[in-house]
Amino acid sequence: MALIEIDNLSVTFLSKGHRVNAVKDVSLSVAAQESFGLVGESGSGKSTILRAICGLAPISGGAIRIGGQVLDRKAGKAFAVRVQMVFQDPYASLHPRHIIDRTLSEPLAIHGIGDTDARVMRALDDVGLPRNFRFRFPHQLSGGQRQRVAIARALMLEPEILLLDEPTSALDASVQAETLNLLNRLRAERGLTFLMVSHDLAVIDHMCDRVLVMQHGAAVEELTRDQLAGAQMKTDYARSLFAASADRMLAG
Amino acid sequence: MSLLSVKNLRVSFDTEAGLVEAVRGVSFDLGRERLGIVGESGSGKTMTGRAVLRLIRPPGRIEADSLLFDGQDLMTASEREMRALRGPRIAMVMQDPKYSLNPVMKVGAQLVEGLRQRDRMSKMDAHDKAIAALEAVQIRDPERVMEAYPHELSGGMGQRVMIAMMLIPNPDLLIADEPTSALDVTVQAEVLAILDNLVKTRGMGLIFISHDLRLVARFCDRVLVMYKGRVVEELAAKDLMQAKHPYTQGLLNCLPRIGGPRQPLPGLDRSADWAV
Amino acid sequence: MSAGMSQITTWLRDPNPTSRRQARLGQAYMAWLRMRRNPLAMVGLGIVAVLMIMAAFAPWLAPHDPITQDLSNRLHPPFTPGHILGTDDFGRDILSRILYGSRITLFIIGLVAVTAPVFGLAVGTVAGYFGGWTDEILMRITDIFLAFPKLILALALVAVLGPGMENAILAIAITSWPPYARVARAETLTVRTSDYIAAVRLQGAGPVRIILGHVMPMCLPSVIIRVTLDMAGVILIAAGLGFLGLGVQPPLPEWGAMISAGRKYLFEQWWVATMPGLAIFIVSLGFNLLGDGLRDVLDPRSAGR
Repeated sequence: MALIEIDNLSVTFLSKGHRVNAVKDVSLSVAAQESFGLVGESGSGKSTILRAICGLAPISGGAIRIGGQVLDRKAGKAFAVRVQMVFQDPYASLHPRHIIDRTLSEPLAIHGIGDTDARVMRALDDVGLPRNFRFRFPHQLSGGQRQRVAIARALMLEPEILLLDEPTSALDASVQAETLNLLNRLRAERGLTFLMVSHDLAVIDHMCDRVLVMQHGAAVEELTRDQLAGAQMKTDYARSLFAASADRMLAG
Repeated sequence: MSLLSVKNLRVSFDTEAGLVEAVRGVSFDLGRERLGIVGESGSGKTMTGRAVLRLIRPPGRIEADSLLFDGQDLMTASEREMRALRGPRIAMVMQDPKYSLNPVMKVGAQLVEGLRQRDRMSKMDAHDKAIAALEAVQIRDPERVMEAYPHELSGGMGQRVMIAMMLIPNPDLLIADEPTSALDVTVQAEVLAILDNLVKTRGMGLIFISHDLRLVARFCDRVLVMYKGRVVEELAAKDLMQAKHPYTQGLLNCLPRIGGPRQPLPGLDRSADWAV
Repeated sequence: MSAGMSQITTWLRDPNPTSRRQARLGQAYMAWLRMRRNPLAMVGLGIVAVLMIMAAFAPWLAPHDPITQDLSNRLHPPFTPGHILGTDDFGRDILSRILYGSRITLFIIGLVAVTAPVFGLAVGTVAGYFGGWTDEILMRITDIFLAFPKLILALALVAVLGPGMENAILAIAITSWPPYARVARAETLTVRTSDYIAAVRLQGAGPVRIILGHVMPMCLPSVIIRVTLDMAGVILIAAGLGFLGLGVQPPLPEWGAMISAGRKYLFEQWWVATMPGLAIFIVSLGFNLLGDGLRDVLDPRSAGR
């Protein structure tokens, strides 16, 4: 049984008076401890799927099941300990007026988990941040450091599933490399399941076992990593995405 | 003779936290060629571009041993002389057309504005010239785009309008600051091809500022790699894979590749001597 | 002394604070440095500081008793020996009355500042966060209060409750809260869609925790700035009520009441009304300048970037 099952998901919402079909009838399933990628350009609906899983976007059709159970809109705390998310913009995902210690200890406080000090320090160690960052504000950290804090925060409740919404798009290349390495290490250590969204095919290839290509809200093609590396796409769009990937621009 | 000559450019900001040096002694010469300036955030690449146009306001300070554009000294030029240069002779294309185009004016009005005010063209002539500029950036339906507002255009279209607008006065030098970073990958290639074509046919100089080393290498003739305000390496684009400086090598190696190995990506050794 | 000072500033500037207190004090210090660069804001701060010193040390600063009448000394002009600002129609020293009056002014604006904005903040954040019917109802109530001209509503309340300082303060507070609700709601609507709010909701946080801990801190700067700018208005309404005889009652030296009493002598003995009038003007100006300066410092968009 797959850990995440999405059946014919549709997400439609009203934006500025128009109906937007952000996601049209998309299905996918992710096995436990697998890393699954969603790739597409802007408007493809890939981020909307993540938001629908979190209850941040309305589900207008189809169903999402986590571990066999259909998603309850008001899931709240029970959901929080199973699924967490890392957001794209490190400058926007940490509260600007809370020090890091507060940001990291808040999930524990919400769930009444004790031993806060030790857990916070262990979390900082796990993501490779020095312990004396505890009392800093987000604006005193670089983008890469903030993203590490966001990752640490997501892991405070020890979830099984981590949703990653373009976690490295806003970061410099060298920082991206460090962050991706960190995510892979944590996944291996904790047996996490990743559902990762990116527009960068090279990042997805590095991080994911299977990938779903999306365009204009619909699923285009699902590929395994080997198929991607071997350029064995069947659809034209997937092929054009592959060709345009900046990675192709350097011969070697 | 070189089009732009920069010697020991320094840009610093006086903040309450102390002096921040964004650019620390950058020198380069540019002819009618394509120069790429690559760096990560904080490298000073954007500030270098803006310093050439003297677009840095206090508390920022620009200092240089010499900053010459086509023989004219930009450091001592008055604001009036700079205004005469910006636009007709040196143009700048920025990252996001959402923020660089005026959202409350129609595209056509913005294209025609400069022509009518600066060159004093008649309405008809300006309109024709604007249409021609839009066709030069391969916009197939220029009349419709002229009547549209910027928010009604897609990212790629908006950027092409921006390029068209900047190239109408036929400048000698174009500074492009991350012109394709906000665009989808498939659109990036198109916009770059258009830019490439225009630069070649008009014989302009181009400074292409980006964080994407691979992109710059493919598109430019020469590359300057910047780190923390300094130029760490200068090389021809075709020699990129033989880069000698550890930072450049690090940048090249740290990017994931499709079909690459699943091992951890090599990072940068930030404790090295050059990293200070 | 200076060695101690530089030790403290080093502690405040430490990029790695070791406690919450050090982190918060460090930020406050940086904000103070930013504000120091704005000369007009420092003027405003100076005026407000002088006001507070006047109020605190009035008994020691005032050369005469503000209440005792001395009819043989009536209506002396400024620069009379012993009476720098002159005397009023009951022979009381105007300078002393102004000094003691600053206490009343400070009391009024202090009480209003801790009641009206707090209430407005609560209403605005709840309305903005929940949206829907809650938003509609709360905002319509706010609109109703906002539609009344402040002075008229204050008059009506004082007429019902009776004159006096406490009732005047209550009346002013009740008419002052709507703008804060509006400001808070506007900030909340912006903040509500942020990723950090989404993140804490994903952790299972309830609305109370989110509003109190996450939304309100982001609304505070706008509200604080609004408070300082409104202080001028509060002083003027209190003065207006005092002028009409409905606020602070004689013989208390409230500045507005002093202007009212000096009305009769405006042409010949102009100082009786003008001196308290100048005091009100200077203090209002001070709060305005301070508010402008705070805007630059507290704006969350520019904080720390």
